[in-house]
Amino acid sequence: MPAIAPIPHPKERRIIFKNIAQPGYSPDLACYLAHGGYESLRTALEMRPQEIVESVKKANLRGRGGAAFPTGLKWSFIKPDDGKPHYLVVNGDESEPGTFKDRYILHQDPHQLIEGMTIAAYALGVHLAYIYIRCEFPHAARIMNRALEEARQKNFSGKDILGSKFNLDIYVHQGAGAYICGEETSLLESLEGKRPYPRIKPPYFPAVLGLYMQPTVVNNVETLCHVKHIIQMGAEEYARMGTAGDGGTRTLCVSGDVSRPGAYELPCGAVTLGELIHDVCGGLKNGRTLKAVIPGGSSAKVLRAGEVYKIKGPSGECEIPMLEVIMDASHLTAVGTMIGSGGVIVMDDSRSMLWALNNINRFYAHESCGQCTPCREGSLWMAKITSRMLSGMQYPEDIRTLRSMADNIAGRTICAFGEACSWPTQSFVDKFPEEFSSTVIAEKMSAFP
Amino acid sequence: MIRILQMTLSSSQTDRIPPELLEHIDEAIARYPISSRSASLPILHLWQNHFGSIDNSAIEWIAAKLELQPINILELVTFYPWFRQQAAGRVIIRVCQTLSCAMAGSDRVYEAFCKATHIRCDQHQNGVLPTSADGNFSIEFVECLASCGTGPACLIQEDLLENVTPEKVSDILQRYSDKIL
Repeated sequence: MPAIAPIPHPKERRIIFKNIAQPGYSPDLACYLAHGGYESLRTALEMRPQEIVESVKKANLRGRGGAAFPTGLKWSFIKPDDGKPHYLVVNGDESEPGTFKDRYILHQDPHQLIEGMTIAAYALGVHLAYIYIRCEFPHAARIMNRALEEARQKNFSGKDILGSKFNLDIYVHQGAGAYICGEETSLLESLEGKRPYPRIKPPYFPAVLGLYMQPTVVNNVETLCHVKHIIQMGAEEYARMGTAGDGGTRTLCVSGDVSRPGAYELPCGAVTLGELIHDVCGGLKNGRTLKAVIPGGSSAKVLRAGEVYKIKGPSGECEIPMLEVIMDASHLTAVGTMIGSGGVIVMDDSRSMLWALNNINRFYAHESCGQCTPCREGSLWMAKITSRMLSGMQYPEDIRTLRSMADNIAGRTICAFGEACSWPTQSFVDKFPEEFSSTVIAEKMSAFP
Repeated sequence: MIRILQMTLSSSQTDRIPPELLEHIDEAIARYPISSRSASLPILHLWQNHFGSIDNSAIEWIAAKLELQPINILELVTFYPWFRQQAAGRVIIRVCQTLSCAMAGSDRVYEAFCKATHIRCDQHQNGVLPTSADGNFSIEFVECLASCGTGPACLIQEDLLENVTPEKVSDILQRYSDKIL
């Protein structure tokens, strides 16, 4: 079954995925133009750059890469008349476990990204932009390069774009298999040809000291595609599709134990977690019951089936059962987790939480860049502990040790990887203590003096 | 193993740089008008795609080309999982082992590939990918390939394979044997 069904689910509203997975739609420029492509760019080039930034602010667009930072606000950090070169970098390093949306845009609709990023570049006074694509997407790089060549030939890119006197050069840059490069300052180091050690903020905010130490905006692939639609629809109409603080649509990638896993584009906040799993994704596979959900990529804290959260609503404190949590940035934050990159991983009652956490811990131990000691050492130790526990050798104090290791990484590292690798351990051991509190196997214990 | 041995005995890679590779390297550098150092990753990709690995002579050559110290290149080769200093098989099979693919059974897929290619399912040894005796196939577990909805996912050469099951493994290997070997 394809990850994006040709016929959308009734709850979906496809803007970004409108043409993706449609029979006959190709990544060619001619096909894009036949579907109204580059019309938004024409409109944008007649606007003042500041108007575009204001539109993106009004649209309540939040970044789709993981941090859900308001895009318009990020853009407004770039001073138009500072006399410095500005750069735009597209983060196409899609590596967060559970996330698989940008691949489809890069493969099937490359011109949508080029149009979105050209509008962004015009708004930000950028004349040189890079698309950072992970090297595990070799076809995506090839397709993007071809699309860029087509765009250059037809004057949608390059010098004096569509007679506007605006110049923009865009190049593809391939990564080399490191998850950390998804972190924006790490990505910039990688793009500068260095080891991708994240930079410390302050002072190295990309908007101040970004690529080559100049003001830089780093945006996710999907985020920049939304910009095109904000211009096309108008900021108000775009914002209205979503919720108050989270405008427009967002793609949610559902994987794991559901009947119809895949990438779905839904208005922000349009569905609850329960509707997403049981309605959009057809419920759990093989008639099993729900055990746990990771709602925003493997870094997000896990939610346990049956939990009830107390959150502050407009009319005082209220209780929300797990399946009624609304899938948008603010609601997921309110229940102690995050929408992240929209990678929803669903686990049924056959899954061992120790096994799942060990898999996640192994991932982070492998991907820690090694710059900060708490993360470099801690992620490895957490993985070693869960791996030992999984082999049947458990200490009664393991749960406490795991918790304290995670607590001593989060907040003590240069980048958010520290939180990303701690949150799974913290939430899994807190929410599923019965799966981590050991039944000590005495004879095996002796192997660990 | 025979192939790996041949590689180590043969001359250094810089003795046989084809003109097309030089041309591509210059094109890569041109894409970074602000700093040619940015071209180091693209050049390493071009190099590895051509030679299959990156040897010491390559590290020195690339550093000189970009007016850098060899350590500036070596530290990239040792950091990024994609780059390798030792030759690998003609076809590289990468199996995703991250959560969603693992839940879908990627360990069984990995074992099936190992069994069918007679590769011992050990992980990297001294930086050498586990490789079949005839030098045709190398296999490794990799982290998330961003195909979580259609796992288990594998990346073979440049192709993403989705919903791979142990039963499909022999057909897949046959296809690559016919195409590449």
